[in-house]
Amino acid sequence: MAGLDVLMERGVALDFIKEISTIPGGEEIVQCIQCGTCSGCCPASFMMDYTPRHLVAMIRAGLREEVLSSQAIWLCTSCYTCTYRCPMGIKITDIMYALKRIALRSGKYPRGLKVEKLSKEFVNMINRYGRNHEAELVFRFAMKNPFKSIKDIPLGWSLFSHGKLPLMPEKIKDVNKIKTMIQKAEEVGGL
Amino acid sequence: MMEYIYYPGCSLKATSKAYFESINTISAPLGVNFKELEDWNCCGASLYMGINEMNSFALCARNLALAEKEGKDMAIPCSGCYTMFRKTNQYLKDYPEIKEKIYKVLEEVGLSYNGNVKVRHLAEIIINDVGLEKISSLVKRRLEGLNVACYYGCLMVRPKGGVEDTENPKSLDRLVTALGANPVFFPAKVRCCGGTLVGLGEDIGLRMVRNLLICAKDNKADLMVVTCPLCHMNIDVYQPRVKKKFNLGFTMPILYFTQLMGIALGLDKNSLGFKSLIVPAEPVVSKYL
Repeated sequence: MAGLDVLMERGVALDFIKEISTIPGGEEIVQCIQCGTCSGCCPASFMMDYTPRHLVAMIRAGLREEVLSSQAIWLCTSCYTCTYRCPMGIKITDIMYALKRIALRSGKYPRGLKVEKLSKEFVNMINRYGRNHEAELVFRFAMKNPFKSIKDIPLGWSLFSHGKLPLMPEKIKDVNKIKTMIQKAEEVGGL
Repeated sequence: MMEYIYYPGCSLKATSKAYFESINTISAPLGVNFKELEDWNCCGASLYMGINEMNSFALCARNLALAEKEGKDMAIPCSGCYTMFRKTNQYLKDYPEIKEKIYKVLEEVGLSYNGNVKVRHLAEIIINDVGLEKISSLVKRRLEGLNVACYYGCLMVRPKGGVEDTENPKSLDRLVTALGANPVFFPAKVRCCGGTLVGLGEDIGLRMVRNLLICAKDNKADLMVVTCPLCHMNIDVYQPRVKKKFNLGFTMPILYFTQLMGIALGLDKNSLGFKSLIVPAEPVVSKYL
């Protein structure tokens, strides 16, 4: 691991980087050479509180709380540019996904994020119908913050009037099978 | 007639009706049968992956298991779904512990999966299996003089593993040339459209859409073609908002590549989904209709 001697000399705990490197897809994080290719090609890095390179450095420095509560991991659009270009083969996008999940489970995620709310509504929808019902998703999400959503009414109407938002959900034939699978997947575990 | 197992994905049944309709319209003339996978479920998309990975793999695995029974390549028009299935196949192969867990989940609903489904993007199937020579021979109205920005987006080319060049893909450009149109220089061809950030109204998402539009306009594009429902949603549906926010002095029609093919093949314009576009395409394409 690059910089290992420095970390050892300074007595930095390696728990967090170990946690990340044992997640499927996270193994290569120990190889980071801090070249900054990821931050340079990330389309969202200029709006992030910590760029992807910075986040990896923080993971290595054991700054668990700071990483999990950062806004940056929620701005990742999973475009995979960093993953493709990383010269050390680190799957940064998959690590960003993992950080989202760890942040949610540990309750450290920053509150009030729209993408986190939308994700949860989306998951409930899929578990309920087996497919996404976009009209209901849009409505439920808007109802999270009705006053702010007023400005979105024209957009919703434009979608509807162009036939883009069927009101009835498409369900799969046996939704119970999805429920059974989700139950089992949660039982066998994983991140 | 070439046959594929077709996984349309949730968006094609709603917001990207134009894609669904135009695929239906062009497939017979191209000699392709896209047979819809029976009782398919959502792939989970990027949002589910951010909440729970195992559930997300399980959702994909069910579709893969159903598709495997059919014994044909899987044709996927949505780049998001395409990547979710590719990723599930890859993780089942690379991580025995995930494979074991997912197999248990499938067993619970009487399914099994041996990892044999070939996951392919519908655009790639049309370009490589139907072939540009055949497409070119079927063209009834050459799109002479039409400048097209070919936008590949992220998930058709990344993560690496598809058949397409990751940094500078050219297959859509070649397709557009086969239709008689002119693919313009478009260096933003694989830059991100903003994904889910656009619909959330995040400033950064709208900026990403703006950058794509400006890049296409600066290079004299008359319209942009896309291969993904979410890209289309972001660049077409949100274009009026982006235009207002950044004072853009132009609009640009955003078409699915299948719609452009439909025009060139001389097919019925009423069955190519033009009515569901937010930025009207007629001003630019009417002379070819």
